[in-house]
Amino acid sequence: MTAITLEAGAPFGAAPPSGDAIVTHGLTKRFRGGQIAVDALDLAVPRGSVFGFLGPNGSGKTTTIRMLLGLVAPTAGTYSVLGLSAAHALPLVGALVEGPAFYPYLSGAANLMRFDAADPTAERATAKRRVADALERVGLSAAAGKRYRNYSLGMRQRLAIAAALLGPRELLILDEPTNGLDPQGTREVRTLVKEIAADGTTVFVSSHLLAEIEQMCTHAAIMRTGRLVAQGTIASLSSGRVALVKVETPDVADAARTLGTLGLADVRPGNGAVTAELGGHAPEKINAALVGDGVAVRGLAVVRPSLEDVFVGLTGEGFDVDG
Amino acid sequence: MSTADTQTGIRRTPGLVPVAETMRTTERHPPEEISAPVPPARRTWAFWRLLGSELGLTFRRPRNLALLAVLALVPIVLGIGLWIAAGSGGDDEMSGLIQDVAGNSLMLTFLSFSFLVLLLMPVVVSVVAGDSIAGEAGTGTLRYLLAAPAGRTRLLAVKYLNAVVFAYAATAVVALSALLTGLILFPGGSVTLLSGTTVSMADGLLRILVTVGYVGAGMAALAAVAVALSTFTEVSIGAIAGTMVFIIVCQVLRAIPDLAPIAPYLLPTWFTNFDAVLRSPIDTAALRDGLLAFGAYIMLFGSIAWARFSGKDITS
Repeated sequence: MTAITLEAGAPFGAAPPSGDAIVTHGLTKRFRGGQIAVDALDLAVPRGSVFGFLGPNGSGKTTTIRMLLGLVAPTAGTYSVLGLSAAHALPLVGALVEGPAFYPYLSGAANLMRFDAADPTAERATAKRRVADALERVGLSAAAGKRYRNYSLGMRQRLAIAAALLGPRELLILDEPTNGLDPQGTREVRTLVKEIAADGTTVFVSSHLLAEIEQMCTHAAIMRTGRLVAQGTIASLSSGRVALVKVETPDVADAARTLGTLGLADVRPGNGAVTAELGGHAPEKINAALVGDGVAVRGLAVVRPSLEDVFVGLTGEGFDVDG
Repeated sequence: MSTADTQTGIRRTPGLVPVAETMRTTERHPPEEISAPVPPARRTWAFWRLLGSELGLTFRRPRNLALLAVLALVPIVLGIGLWIAAGSGGDDEMSGLIQDVAGNSLMLTFLSFSFLVLLLMPVVVSVVAGDSIAGEAGTGTLRYLLAAPAGRTRLLAVKYLNAVVFAYAATAVVALSALLTGLILFPGGSVTLLSGTTVSMADGLLRILVTVGYVGAGMAALAAVAVALSTFTEVSIGAIAGTMVFIIVCQVLRAIPDLAPIAPYLLPTWFTNFDAVLRSPIDTAALRDGLLAFGAYIMLFGSIAWARFSGKDITS
C-alpha cells in the first residue's frame, strides 16, 4: 500500500482512507535466546473488518501485537498500521495488550486520566468528558471513583477496554478481551465489539477461543508456532472444507447404495449412519431418493465445517492447547 | 483490497452514500483533523501535561510522602538532641559542633545536610528515581503508556525531570525543617562561619539557598544513575538496591587512603562540597567543580538510560 506522507503541504485530504488497517511483510521476531516467536508473518487486515487473530497460547499472537504497537522491535520484516508512521498511527489505535495493567492506588477515572495524559494528541480540555464517556461505554460509571485495587477481575478487564476507547479510534487491537470475564461479561464485550465495528472502526481481536472469533469476526488469521497458517474471510476459510450430508438410518448398506447411485462422493457407511460429501446436491432430493428406495431415514443433516474443523485440518492438532 | 477500495470510493462520494449505510470513521472526522501532525505548541503542552500527571503520582503516593516526612524528622531530632546537650552541659564541656549550632539558628541546616547528604537523602531520591521506569514495567503500565503513545524519549525525559523535582523537594524539606527547628530552639542573629567571619542573618539565609541549589543538583546527578539502572530491570527494588550499592561502594572506596586518586570520579565525593558556602567569601571554585562533576554524571547516565530505553523490547 502507498505510504502517506505527512510533510507540510502534503495533500493528505486527497489520500484515500482505503486499503488495509494493518499490513505486515515477512514480520519476524527472534528473541535473544534464539527462540523465534513470530516467523515471516504476512498479515493483511482490511479496514472496517472485525479480524480474528487465532492461535493457541504461545503461537506468537501477543508478540505480533507488541510489534504493531512499537513495544518490541522486529528482527526482520516490515509493518504498517493505518498506513502511517508509528507516532501518527498510535493515537488512532486503542489497545488492550496481555490483560489490564493500572495503578492500584488510583481510581478507575484517575487511571484513565493518567493514560490520556500520556497521549500527546489528546486534548486536556476534553479529557474529563472522554474519560466519563469511556467508562459509561463499558458500564463502569458507578465505579469511576473506586480504587483500582478494589476492582474485580471483570471490572479490571472493562477498564482496560475503556482505556482503549479514550479517543477517536480508527483501529482497536484487543488481545484476549474476554479473559477473566463471566459469560455475561463475555456477551457484553461481544456486543461492544459489534457496536464499535458498526461505527466503521477496524477491530483486531486475538483469542484462543474459536467460538468467540466465529461469533464476532468477519475475517480471521490462524497462527501456529509463530507461523501464519491461513487468513481470509470466515466464509473463505471454511470453504476449503466441504459440507457433508449425514443420514441416520438402521439400513446403512441400503442408504450407502442410494447415495452412491445419486453420485455423491466419499460415501462412508458408519454405525447407524452414513456420511457423504454433499457437493451440489439438494438435501431434500437426497431425502426423497432415500425414502423412494425404502430406506428408513431417522435423521438427515447437512454438516458445515466449523472454524475448529478448519483449524484441526490446517494444523493437525486440537485447538485449546494451553501452556 | 480492491473491493475495499471500490466500497470506500462509493461511500466517500457525498451524493452516493446510501441512507442505510453506516458512515465510515473517515467521513465522520475529516482526515486533516484526525491525522494532521500535532502542532509544536500542543506537543509542548502535552509534555507539561504528562509531567504534571507524573508529579501528581509522585507527590500523592503515600510511600513518597512518608520518605519526605522521615527527612523532615531528622533535623528536628538532631536539633532537640543538641538543644538538650547544650542545656545540660557546662559551657567548657561543650564541643565546638554543639557550640556552633547552639550559637546560631541557621547552623542546624548545614549540620543536617552534612548528616543526611551521604546516605539518607540518596536513599530517598533513589527510591523515587529507581522506581521510575522499572516500577511501570513491573506493574505493566509501561506498555500502555508507550502504546498511548507517550514516546520513549519523551517518557524518559518526563521521568527524569520528575525525579529531579523530587530531589529538590527532598532537599528543600530538609532545609525548611532544619531552619524552622533552628529558629525555634536557638538564637537568631548574625552567623559565624567556619572561617571565623561573621555574616548577617540575611546573608546566612542566602547561603542556605545556595546550599539547597547545590545539594539538589547532587541529588539530581544521583537520580540520573538511578533512572539509568531503572531502565535495565522490571523490578524497581533492583534499581533502588543497585543505586544504594553504588553509593555505599563509593563511600568505601573514598575511605581507603591509597585510592585517593580515584576519589574525584566518585559522585558522593562532591556531595559534601556544599560546605564551601561556609567560607568567606564563598568558595565558588569548589561549588563549580562539584556542579561540573554532577553535570558529567547526568550526561553520562542520561545517555546510558536513553540508549538502553529507546531500543528496549518491552515484554512486561
